[in-house]
Amino acid sequence: MEILKAIVETILLFTFLAVVTAMLGVYLERKISGWIQSRLGPKHVGPQGLLQTIADTVKLLQKEHITPLNADVPTFNVAPILVAVAGLLAWMIIPFGPAFGRIIMVRDINIGLLFFLAMASLIVIGILLGGWASNNKYALLGGFRSASQMISYEIPLALALMVPIMMAGTLSTRAIVEAQGGSIRNWYIFGGPYEWYLAIPGVIAFAVFIIAATAETNRIPFDLPEAESELVAGYFSEYTGMRFALFQLGEYAEAFGMSALAAVLFLGGWHGPVLPGIVWFLIKMFALVFLLMWARWTYPRLRLDQLLNLSWKGLVPLGFLLVLVTGWMLV
Amino acid sequence: MRLDWLYVAVFAVVGTVMAALPLAIVWLLAPRVDLPQKRMTYESGVVPFGQAWAQFNIRYYLFALIFVLFEVEVIYLFPWAVIFRQLGAVAFVEAVLFIVILGVGLLYAWRKGALEWV
Amino acid sequence: MGELAAFIILSALTLIPAVVVVTSGNVVRAAMSLIPSFLGVTGLFVLLGAEFVAGIQILIYAGAIAVLILFVIMLTEGGTGLAIRQLNEQRLPGIVVAGALTIGLVVLVLRTAWPLTAGTLPASNVTAIGTAFLTDFILAFEISSLVLLVSLVGALVIARKEV
Repeated sequence: MEILKAIVETILLFTFLAVVTAMLGVYLERKISGWIQSRLGPKHVGPQGLLQTIADTVKLLQKEHITPLNADVPTFNVAPILVAVAGLLAWMIIPFGPAFGRIIMVRDINIGLLFFLAMASLIVIGILLGGWASNNKYALLGGFRSASQMISYEIPLALALMVPIMMAGTLSTRAIVEAQGGSIRNWYIFGGPYEWYLAIPGVIAFAVFIIAATAETNRIPFDLPEAESELVAGYFSEYTGMRFALFQLGEYAEAFGMSALAAVLFLGGWHGPVLPGIVWFLIKMFALVFLLMWARWTYPRLRLDQLLNLSWKGLVPLGFLLVLVTGWMLV
Repeated sequence: MRLDWLYVAVFAVVGTVMAALPLAIVWLLAPRVDLPQKRMTYESGVVPFGQAWAQFNIRYYLFALIFVLFEVEVIYLFPWAVIFRQLGAVAFVEAVLFIVILGVGLLYAWRKGALEWV
Repeated sequence: MGELAAFIILSALTLIPAVVVVTSGNVVRAAMSLIPSFLGVTGLFVLLGAEFVAGIQILIYAGAIAVLILFVIMLTEGGTGLAIRQLNEQRLPGIVVAGALTIGLVVLVLRTAWPLTAGTLPASNVTAIGTAFLTDFILAFEISSLVLLVSLVGALVIARKEV
């Protein structure tokens, strides 16, 4: 019955996420970082180094779990699981594309985008608790910084999301993609099936979304909480082995999830000529992931006050302006 | 609709089990040598001094406070964003008023220095 | 049947952490227990058919307010995780008052004539709420923005005096 179907689907989704985001994503990150830095990435394990992440996972599986003295053990254990599960749940509303006669997505929840934002805000809690539970000054400081950064960028994220919602008139991701059908001109980044001047808020909203997504997932140029040169490893300094891997899984799942959401909301989801829908969706998602990884090695790290100023004094007013302008143009 | 949320509940439970699975594997496979030095708090190789909690900056709290209020405002904007086109220009003007009032709040926070870090 | 089971599970998920919040000596542990409690309330909202409110519950309560509470606690004395004494000398008067209040509330609940006909659920939660906000309850909508402004100003005035 339905519960059985749900269990099977979550195992499938989790496996997809583990393989594509964690393994492929980490491999891509290392390869792309290598090429940008004029060196080769992993090369030896498997053809072209493709099995590198599997080797790393096997290695991590047999690393010892060290719990620091005076750490709050239940919280210490729960935090990585919370981050990983919230990252996984955020993928529930992403539509992949038409296949076997129906759109492949886990569940078209009516309030899809609100649900995605809710899961993104649960990750903040996991990180804060992880930083606190380690009983380590640096971890706690990293946890605070990370939480402050993530909450500061949630508002621009939500406001940038508001633009496709206003254009489509619904919170359901599948309906938003279906509204962008027809031709490339109908993608929301180009203004959707409306007048041309809606492309202006479309493009700006896309840019704000990508910037906020980079900050939400603690990637450079916003990775001060994990700054290797400053805080050791930030909020996960005390996490060893697989717990560390779970944090990373959650973060990569969220990064891919944000790219997938941007592809769905702004770039037309599964629409595209010739190739099947799912292929187009994956192409768009990976293109945005590549953009995120490219940005990582292009920009220097922002200082905490620069980062917070950018959000509160720059992106938040810009976001509100976007909402007002889009509303005015659509009415 | 209930079915959607049943899926969410099942996903949460099964997801937790699957996330805990690698941890269980580690518990089975990994060595466990309990030396007191290993469990010391990490501070770049030196012996840690002082307790882990120190007087942190109050600024973090101010940002969280402002965040809560603006998040609530964004929540109010969600239903408006979905339905405003069908309700005509009146709905748009109402939302402009809403956003402007809270924009005044942001401006106040800005001018009073609540958004400064140092 | 399934609904009753779901209701019982969700109520347990809401109430047991709530008891922990009230009785725990470790302030951070108490604040953390708020989160499963909020998630339980989310489930209860879903059972009632209020999808949008359930989504908001996670986003605001578990995502924003819990973060705020945790920030506050971790920035102050309670962040060390030390146990705080939970009972003081006024145990007996406390029990008497709590008992009287409980009896009063139970009697009140049992004597009220609750309307038992279920209303009809609108096709889409969000559009119904949006329409209601922007047409019938527009005054409440605008006043809520004023309330938010007032709380922002008030909170900043209070918080910044300590800065």
